[in-house]
Amino acid sequence: MQNEIVLAVDGLGKTYPNGTEAVKGVSFDLRRGEIHAIVGENGAGKSTVMKMLYGLEQPTTGRIAVAGQQVRLTTPQDAIDLHIGLVHQHMMLLESLSVAENIALGAEPVRGPFLDRAKMNREVAEVAATYGMNIDPAATVARLAVGQKQRIEILKVLYKGARILLLDEPTAVLTPQETRDLFKAIRGLTELGMTVVFITHKLVEVKEVADRVTVMRDGQVTGRVEPRDVTVAKIAEMMVGRPLSHKPAERRSPDLPASVTARDLTLIGLDGRVRLNRVSFDIRPGEILGVAGVEGNGQAALGQVLTGLLEPAEGAARIGGTVFTGRGVAAARALGIAAIPEDRIHDGIVTDMSIEENFVAAEYRNPRFSRRGIRDRNAVNAATREMIAAFGVKTTSEQTPIGALSGGNMQKVVLGREFTTQPRFLIAAQPTRGVDIGAAEGLRQQLVDLRDAGTAVLLISADLEETIALSDRIIVLFKGQIVAHFRAEEADENVLGLYMLGAERKAGANGCIDQQPEHAHV
Amino acid sequence: MTIVEFFQTLLTASFFAAILRAATPMVFAALGGLISELAGVINVALEGMMLIAAFFGVVGSTWAASVWPEASPLFFALVGAAAGLGAAMLLALVLAVFYLEFDANLIIAGVGINILAAGLTVFLLFSISGDKGSSAGLTSFALPTLPLRLLQDIPVIGGLFAGANGNGHHVLVYAALLAIGLVWVFLHKTRLGLRLRAVGENPDACRTVGVPVKRIQYVAILLSGFLAGLGGIYLSMGYLTLFQANMTAGRGFLALAAIFLGARSVFGTAGAAAFFGLASVFAAQLGLLDVPTAVVFSVAPLVTILALLAFAWRRQRRTRAQVAAELITLNARRKDTPDAQA
Repeated sequence: MQNEIVLAVDGLGKTYPNGTEAVKGVSFDLRRGEIHAIVGENGAGKSTVMKMLYGLEQPTTGRIAVAGQQVRLTTPQDAIDLHIGLVHQHMMLLESLSVAENIALGAEPVRGPFLDRAKMNREVAEVAATYGMNIDPAATVARLAVGQKQRIEILKVLYKGARILLLDEPTAVLTPQETRDLFKAIRGLTELGMTVVFITHKLVEVKEVADRVTVMRDGQVTGRVEPRDVTVAKIAEMMVGRPLSHKPAERRSPDLPASVTARDLTLIGLDGRVRLNRVSFDIRPGEILGVAGVEGNGQAALGQVLTGLLEPAEGAARIGGTVFTGRGVAAARALGIAAIPEDRIHDGIVTDMSIEENFVAAEYRNPRFSRRGIRDRNAVNAATREMIAAFGVKTTSEQTPIGALSGGNMQKVVLGREFTTQPRFLIAAQPTRGVDIGAAEGLRQQLVDLRDAGTAVLLISADLEETIALSDRIIVLFKGQIVAHFRAEEADENVLGLYMLGAERKAGANGCIDQQPEHAHV
Repeated sequence: MTIVEFFQTLLTASFFAAILRAATPMVFAALGGLISELAGVINVALEGMMLIAAFFGVVGSTWAASVWPEASPLFFALVGAAAGLGAAMLLALVLAVFYLEFDANLIIAGVGINILAAGLTVFLLFSISGDKGSSAGLTSFALPTLPLRLLQDIPVIGGLFAGANGNGHHVLVYAALLAIGLVWVFLHKTRLGLRLRAVGENPDACRTVGVPVKRIQYVAILLSGFLAGLGGIYLSMGYLTLFQANMTAGRGFLALAAIFLGARSVFGTAGAAAFFGLASVFAAQLGLLDVPTAVVFSVAPLVTILALLAFAWRRQRRTRAQVAAELITLNARRKDTPDAQA
């Protein structure tokens, strides 16, 4: 029965009403009990294929067959009825509700019009036990850790009877340890006869866990391989269409005094939670300090304090001896602080405004761009063109609304804007999130170039590989506190993961340069 | 009336009855507004829905009396109530269609409905009765008061059920009290209630598990129209027994404020609505003293503003206190662990 085909896709295509061909003639099949990875860059069409398999989008051409029967999936309910379940890339959880309510939503046990809570909790506990996942059905979701939330996402589809699980980038926000647990759970599922499809661009994981791999590029299948037969580099090449250089940036820790010194930064949220607890670090000019941590452990707060959006309850950060925290964004920027915000759509750009307007947003007060409060259109326009050329932004005009650009190109504009200010200190939060591999490579190179020009950089990234590759030193944040400090060349994903999860911590760790970074023990 | 007499009136059963009477329309409207708010659709048209219900309640009962002259007054009143509720739900449907089908802005659509209701009721009132101010020229029928003798006979608290003159409360006053419990059960104990709250919190999450988001929002908006309608017909078929132009007088907006003052919970919302009722009765009692009318009229809005300010201030102070307390414990813990000073 191992080779029984549970789902087959034949010549699947999707053209959107605006003419975009997201998927062109994709065919593959899924076998019972296999883990099937679909890899590809952003925009390769992976997510669109998943959406079609789950009834969220309708294919314009091609056929889908489940257990040999051709089917039409017009709503998620159709897919659920055929035992197909989708776990979204972004957590789709209701934070204020209980675990059981989240899992049962859409198929709640009822007695008349009333919810049968007792039965719901019992059923959820049973399903969780069946698949070896340990959860408390009555707990409120908001209190759970990311890894547990992911477990709930998976239980959600299992509860509804899914036999084919589609997981869209399930490891994007997990630590290496959580990822391993997830893979173990997935392996357990396939042993029970389930079929798991997972989408990712982390090729090392593919090699580790997948039975078969389908590679996509530009809406087409560009490779079908069994990972044991090929190298990661080979899969990457199929994905990008050219060989990739995966050299880490050349490290430099210039023997200069620190230009940025943060001491005892403490922030307490409005809900009374400690978000930063005595965070101290130094960054030299021309040095990248990486910040690792599971999301929600103070990285965002650190970025907000350093950019001047939030005032620390205690402590301060100085640049060249001048305090720049707690004085507002404009004051910080005047001192040469620049920032790439974590959520570029919300905080980085104004989607309806043009590239040019977005570009000048950080420096509209600069005499270069305005005279007596009147914007000098020509100067702005010339500088924008220059930036577009320097950063390779793909656009027809500098007047194009920035919202019309792809994620990678938007990010190039944000980077271009911040770099043009020639900052002394750049806070780069998730600089390559949601950007495809090709563009990410370029953005990383830009960051390294800026560093080489003498800027101090704080790199906050959820992508551990990226943090290790780019940083000179790395600090790990856990519950708002620095729990470890490494030289990047001595850091290792697994060791970092232990600190990120709070399994280990160095008492009194900080990121100052008078404290010699710890050596990583592998 | 002396000051002493004034305060004596505040402690009587009839004063309690007056509070219930004043609170009832706002409790209904606020519960309705809460349901749609929790489903992610803020209903700023509560005012208009109440007003249109008040109007059609009166006109419906008059119409019924002219068509079936030999039927009972209760029947006329029931036909009127049905007409009023129907009209309010029709307006709710208009809001729902504009928002859910045509993607209209909720606030603008809601304000539009309020203006429509204000204009339409006066226009129709004038067309029917020749009077732009009130329906005094029409013979309309009110819903009855309901004496609950068994409860009234209980010593001490029996007086609470006596109503203003010993004949019990208006049937919709009881209904409002009942509605508080029913809405709570609906929201927290039924499947639809769970889904409704889920839709309000994260519609995308609901869509992916096959919960029909749009249909649930329709239900929520229509329910809010129904409850606001109950508040409206109470005004013209109980509180008063005629329709007056703009007789809602901002109660729909106070109901909206009650939702947030009550922190979006059922009992908090009902409590806030009752508090607004208390304020208006207090203002009315002040009118009996030798107090300028301008002061009397400003009591209710002033109380509302002060209540909202107090609410916000308390929350802010609590937050600050929490922050300060955290900082103290944090520093204390640092002293206990000297290695953290390294």
